[in-house]
Amino acid sequence: MELLYASCVGVLVSCGVFLLLRARTFPVVLGLTMISYAVNLFLFSAGRLTINKAVVLGTGADYADPLPQALVLTAIVIGFAMTAFVVILAIRGRADLGSDHVDGHLVKNSAESKEQK
Amino acid sequence: MIQHLASLPILLPMLAAVILLLPPCGKSLYIRRIASSIMAIITFVVSVLLLIHVHNTGINVYAIGNWSAPFGIVLVADMLSTLLVALMSLLGLGVILYACAGDDAKGNFFHPLVHFLILGVNGAFLTGDLFNVFVFFEVLLIASYSLLMHAGDKQNTRAALQYVILNLVGSSVFLIGLGILYGVLGTLNIADMAQKVSELSGDDVYLAKAGGLLLLVVFALKGALLPLHLWLPNTYASAKPVVAALFAIMTKVGVYAMLRVYTVIFGEQAGELEHMAQPWLWGLAIATIIVGAIGVVAAQDLRKLTANLVVVSVGTLVALIALQNVNATAALLYYLVHSTLVCAALFLLADLIATQRGKAADRLVGGRMVNQPFLLGGCFIIAVLSVVGMPPLSGFIGKIWILKTTLNSEQALLFWPVYLITSFVLLIALSRAGTSLFWERKDRKNESSDGVNAHPLQVIVIVSLLACSPLLVIFGGPISEYMLGAATQLHDISGGINAVLRGGM
Repeated sequence: MELLYASCVGVLVSCGVFLLLRARTFPVVLGLTMISYAVNLFLFSAGRLTINKAVVLGTGADYADPLPQALVLTAIVIGFAMTAFVVILAIRGRADLGSDHVDGHLVKNSAESKEQK
Repeated sequence: MIQHLASLPILLPMLAAVILLLPPCGKSLYIRRIASSIMAIITFVVSVLLLIHVHNTGINVYAIGNWSAPFGIVLVADMLSTLLVALMSLLGLGVILYACAGDDAKGNFFHPLVHFLILGVNGAFLTGDLFNVFVFFEVLLIASYSLLMHAGDKQNTRAALQYVILNLVGSSVFLIGLGILYGVLGTLNIADMAQKVSELSGDDVYLAKAGGLLLLVVFALKGALLPLHLWLPNTYASAKPVVAALFAIMTKVGVYAMLRVYTVIFGEQAGELEHMAQPWLWGLAIATIIVGAIGVVAAQDLRKLTANLVVVSVGTLVALIALQNVNATAALLYYLVHSTLVCAALFLLADLIATQRGKAADRLVGGRMVNQPFLLGGCFIIAVLSVVGMPPLSGFIGKIWILKTTLNSEQALLFWPVYLITSFVLLIALSRAGTSLFWERKDRKNESSDGVNAHPLQVIVIVSLLACSPLLVIFGGPISEYMLGAATQLHDISGGINAVLRGGM
């Protein structure tokens, strides 16, 4: 289970980093989402991967660590809000800059082509 | 009531922001301005009260929901955090008053967002829990994203997009670092972590080191330390100056987090991980100072120049963190207060100069004369003298103190020349900037001087921010004593652990 879990996190992060480096807003947003999934999984594993442990205190001999779950929940909520914001910003950027490139390189070209016209 | 004082600098801005979103304030700009100013004044007064209270009674630990320390989340108001909270509240008040002169009319949510930003910064300073630092970072970041877009144009959108994406990546790295540290230490309470980190053995030491250094990456990103500083000049220069002035403290949040984590958790008593970030911090800090100074010389306009000054100040502060002794930390605090206030004043001044110079704006080229050359020129020269560190202003005291604390360390050989040459370069760059802004004139007859005078409120805010510089000198004795006290408290790690884990209310 550990191997599967770890490789899952690793693959998600590497895909996320690859997409981030595409430097177009849509892949970047997808990449950020993937990284945040990976981070959530990783945080969850910080409480150790175990099975058959009680969630509620007093119902079993062993119990699962509740804190990572709380952390993951917080991280999900915050990540969700941030993703929503970056999507809106990306749409606005597409409208304002006339391109979806993060560096706005294509804007120069389009500005030049406008001048040529 | 007095035992809840530590929570008020966080609760009051939240209350203020909510009030400002509700109907009477949400509809009318006039009411919103008044309510916002009043709430900012209350927040400032409460912060100062907290500072005095903590100064008199020692570390104040506030257990939220009365859950005691390692299990619940605590707010730790010690001399260091309350000082920074008071600084933030002062700066917030100044910015709000300045914005009331007209900058806030360009967007409906300026005032609530500023209060949310104050909430986030104060929370990040006060909390005693590392995960909570992350949460408050996100609060202040999302407020800053929106403030960055305030009255923005196209240039602004691009800078905002880059800033947001960079910080989102930073947040992910932050969470990974926290996850590793939690997995190894089993706690996220800063005091508890400091206690547990010395008991690590075997592979866990390296895991904790990896986690701690991942956090360094994040704090370097927030604090704009060298390889991760590239976002800062663009972001600050494209934000409205009034927003940039508020942002002057945001890099300091990163610096504060570094100071806390690498002094308390990975500090003197961390066993194998003692001072683990020190070599990194030292080299990066020196490089940051140099690159910042180059940026100052290369800047084409006053706002970008000031943004690079912020980079230089971050470099200086981080170099002092790397020294890891009480005196250096005290000097750091003095310099931090001074540089925050003066850089904020410079940003606001850049705004006034840009408005009065018409087309030339704040670019460092000859253009129209400003309407109030004596007032703005006078303010500018005070700000410059202070930021460069010429006597008799606070920059000078800060500089002497910094040089004195570094003298005995072995790194003085590197730090002194870099720091002194940098100051000289800054002096040249700023004098050149002042000359072209105020004296260089294009003799164009048809340029009508229809410029407007600065709003009195704007002048009052700038003058009072700048007045802090001589005040820091005049009350140098008590202030430096306070800084020394705060630094001693920070370095007294076992005392801090005792206060948080055993003496919590």
